[in-house]
Amino acid sequence: MLPPQAMAEVDSHRQKHLVLILAREFASNLATPTLIADARGRLVYYNEAAEAVLGRRFAEAGEMELDEWTASFAPRTSDAVPIPAQRRPARIALDEQRAAHQRYQVTSADGIEREVEVTAFPLFAHADEFVGIVAIFWRS
Amino acid sequence: MAVRLTIWGCRGSVPTPGPNTIEYGGNTSCIELSLEDGGVVVLDAGSGIRPLGLDLLARGTRRIHLFLTHLHLDHLEGLRFFAPLWDERVTLDVWGPSSPVLGLRERILRAFSPPLFPVDFRDVPARVAFHDDPRKPWTSGGISITADLVLHPGPTVGFRIDTGKSSVAYLPDHEPALAGISGKPREWVSGAALAHGADLLLHDAQYFEDEYAARIGWGHSSVADAVAFSHVVGARHLVLFHHEPDHSDRTLERLEDRARELSGRDGSPPTLAREGMVFELP
Repeated sequence: MLPPQAMAEVDSHRQKHLVLILAREFASNLATPTLIADARGRLVYYNEAAEAVLGRRFAEAGEMELDEWTASFAPRTSDAVPIPAQRRPARIALDEQRAAHQRYQVTSADGIEREVEVTAFPLFAHADEFVGIVAIFWRS
Repeated sequence: MAVRLTIWGCRGSVPTPGPNTIEYGGNTSCIELSLEDGGVVVLDAGSGIRPLGLDLLARGTRRIHLFLTHLHLDHLEGLRFFAPLWDERVTLDVWGPSSPVLGLRERILRAFSPPLFPVDFRDVPARVAFHDDPRKPWTSGGISITADLVLHPGPTVGFRIDTGKSSVAYLPDHEPALAGISGKPREWVSGAALAHGADLLLHDAQYFEDEYAARIGWGHSSVADAVAFSHVVGARHLVLFHHEPDHSDRTLERLEDRARELSGRDGSPPTLAREGMVFELP
């Protein structure tokens, strides 16, 4: 049996799942605002196009819980009714592991109100291996 | 000595026998790990596994674990001619990357069926079991093997072997540049966790930089990217692996010179993988 530190060496530097690495690379080359969360619901990346919509650079924001991040934009319907976390597309994709789409209003970090449409879908590396989600923001 | 690592094949893509490849060898990927307890682990089944198989039988080896990085032919083609497979006294466990579509057994058996091969797998006398690469480190004989998906077309893994005192990373087919090597957190670099701080890094370095420019996305690395990856992960010794079939021994030596030029004077200079090369790992 190996000493625990030998095992810890690999675990402590664990690579993001390759599907997330590829998704990030894909997103980083898109002009469409796109964010990626891992299977635990942690926002791990959003691209430059999303930075423009959200008013905050990813390098400044860093990784965070998806709900914490979406709540900061106060998503609401066109009638100004707040959209609960579990009804937001990214949360549906995460919790129910299915695609979801919705149009809503947000107030981004720069204080500007925007109408966005969001499509979110789950990422499966295998049929039984859910590795995260992608959410795409379609600007009106 | 905890592990003896022997290179039986380090050529990429297709076996390349002939007078121009005598020094570094023409057999495709195959590595043997001889463990302290007498166990044998083999990494990849390129054509180098054929002479290894003969040697293993001559040594009386009856229990073998074979770990496949992926199922491209240059990593699988030797399995059909692996002598232990044709010996009923042998037990062979084959590990390989899982696929979203088909199991490992079904995918490998394609190579054992007409029109690719005349003998059906049912007629193989050895006791063979197929397993998806373990998601947790696999331990045996004082070593652990960790597998993780890496950037290369189709399901492909790299391996890290830890002895407790030393470590080896084996990434024979790997194009990390496709998702970036420098300028991002290491956890986002393909293969970086496997290779982090490895004492020995066997890494794809198939192309010179100008050759790579015309082959981006084919799944292999330039010598410059191999050196950059080695630096990012802090590997102590880079071994240039998966030699381009069109590269003669003399051309490979120019590739090694280029690697050493790129690597600078710090640390151990990169070296070319060569058939018959042996590393003793504490």
